[in-house]
Amino acid sequence: MNRLRLGFLAPAALIIAALILAPMALVACYSFLSRGAYGGVEWIGTLENYARLFDPLYLKILARSAVLAAAAASLCLLLGFPLAWFIARAGPRKHLCLSLVILPFWTSFLVRLYAWMFLLRDTGLINTLLLAAGWIREPLPLLYNDGAVLLGLVYGYLPFTVLPLYATLERLDPSLLEAAADLGAPPLAAFRRVVLPLAAPGMRAGALLVFIPCLGTYLTSDLLGGSKTFLAGNLIQNQFTTARDWPFGSAASLVLMGLTLLVVFVWLRRQGENLL
Amino acid sequence: MAPVLELRQISKDYPGHRALDAVSLEIPRGAFFTLVGPSGCGKTTTLRLIAGFEQPTSGEILLNGVPINHLRPYQRAVSTVFQNYALFPHLTVRGNVEFGLRQRRATDAAARLRRALELVQLAGKESRYPAELSGGERQRVALARSLVIEPEVLLLDEPLSALDPNLRKQMRAELKNLQRRVGITFLLVTHDREEALSLSDRIAVMHQGRIQQIGAPEELYLRPKTRFVADFLGAVNWIQGAGVRPEATRISRRPPDGGLRSLPATVLESLFLGSCVHVRARLPGGDVVTAEVSRYDGDFRPGEAVHICWLPADELRFDGA
Repeated sequence: MNRLRLGFLAPAALIIAALILAPMALVACYSFLSRGAYGGVEWIGTLENYARLFDPLYLKILARSAVLAAAAASLCLLLGFPLAWFIARAGPRKHLCLSLVILPFWTSFLVRLYAWMFLLRDTGLINTLLLAAGWIREPLPLLYNDGAVLLGLVYGYLPFTVLPLYATLERLDPSLLEAAADLGAPPLAAFRRVVLPLAAPGMRAGALLVFIPCLGTYLTSDLLGGSKTFLAGNLIQNQFTTARDWPFGSAASLVLMGLTLLVVFVWLRRQGENLL
Repeated sequence: MAPVLELRQISKDYPGHRALDAVSLEIPRGAFFTLVGPSGCGKTTTLRLIAGFEQPTSGEILLNGVPINHLRPYQRAVSTVFQNYALFPHLTVRGNVEFGLRQRRATDAAARLRRALELVQLAGKESRYPAELSGGERQRVALARSLVIEPEVLLLDEPLSALDPNLRKQMRAELKNLQRRVGITFLLVTHDREEALSLSDRIAVMHQGRIQQIGAPEELYLRPKTRFVADFLGAVNWIQGAGVRPEATRISRRPPDGGLRSLPATVLESLFLGSCVHVRARLPGGDVVTAEVSRYDGDFRPGEAVHICWLPADELRFDGA
């Protein structure tokens, strides 16, 4: 029995070991070495890469990333909750609604971000229409700022909040709402005292599923934020490409990963959940 | 005394069918009133209309003489014990029972909470969650949660149906006892005729969205106005157009004395049920009747020629039904 179980686990375990653990070990190893002149590493041990991260410049980038990720997670919750509620109560149409929520995943995120660029840029659809209508004199600065990045993040990760929220709200027994009303609770009180506490696990999961990938995002900030919005993900990407500083990039990604794990751990511990 | 709750010509239409058809009811203050009928007869719909979860298509609902049609459920001085209890799973027993008190910001909440828990014998289990309670305990929490806010009428939607049969009998007795002690008007919905007969001061029998008859249990059982009520509240032998309850049906080896009506019959079988015996016999016309007799009345064997007899006063007769 045990041998059989191991046999079934082996393929997945091998994939994880070869494709996740091994590269991570490599990155960890690089982070303690010195940079090579044209990329790569010199085999000279150092802690300099970690020390550099405490530079206020980098701390600021990290803080910005965290704030933006938290804002994206909050907005996703705010927008996703009514949507998930509607779908959970949509009766026989709920499967269609769910399909529509995950429909965007059928197209590459990159392509969808370019679509946003076409919409938002100075000569894009929105500005062209507004100009043509005579409502504005010159194009609105819709692209290449934090707002555009936030929009892209919320747009991209909204389904990740809707799905867990839907799962919890769908299980919520409608008679509990009737009971709350029956005991004298108007809709808002019933929402606060019954729906919110019961939906909390889904909200926590949904927020986390947005916060984590947003913290490390680089594509959205690169395309929609331009050079003005430089986030932790862009910093890391930059070290491996333009800056050719692999050891510093490795150290930065390890620290970002560590911080993410810490946030997840604290978040779940504080809420008394045992998701991990 | 004016009724605490009154329904005037209440109808409720759903697409394609009429769930309630001009239902009128008066529920006396402090009564244990039961709506009984087969599933789909409209009894639960009636309860939901009173609670305010649904709106009647026409007609008026009055609480203490005041129309409450326009009031939302949270504005109505009635409370419901749901069929599945609908306890809040994230709240303890205390949290559930306190729910309505906190909504009302009751000043004597602590005392009322304690009284309610003692009333349903849940003192000491305040910090348990619904998932940690037995079926009977959950029901008591549901009762305490509604009783603690002192509703004008307590609405009970098949409260015993989720319990296993032994517990059901015990809770039935407790429910009756509880109602006497708190003095709150109970409006019970059930499909179980024994429950209805044993618990109620007054019963309304419903069928296909209409009220068939309203009255005290004995009255309905002994003098049903329609065939449906007679059949629904107990077994009936239909003999020559009249109904006779099995316990009023006697069986004898000799032709009976005066005052009894009788028909010759042939015994088909005797079923021993412990406290009594059911003797099934065939009448000359081919109809089969059941007589509920004591086992001291003798042993009737299949094929035996007997006389089925009954008192004319025990006949249930209906006009044109």
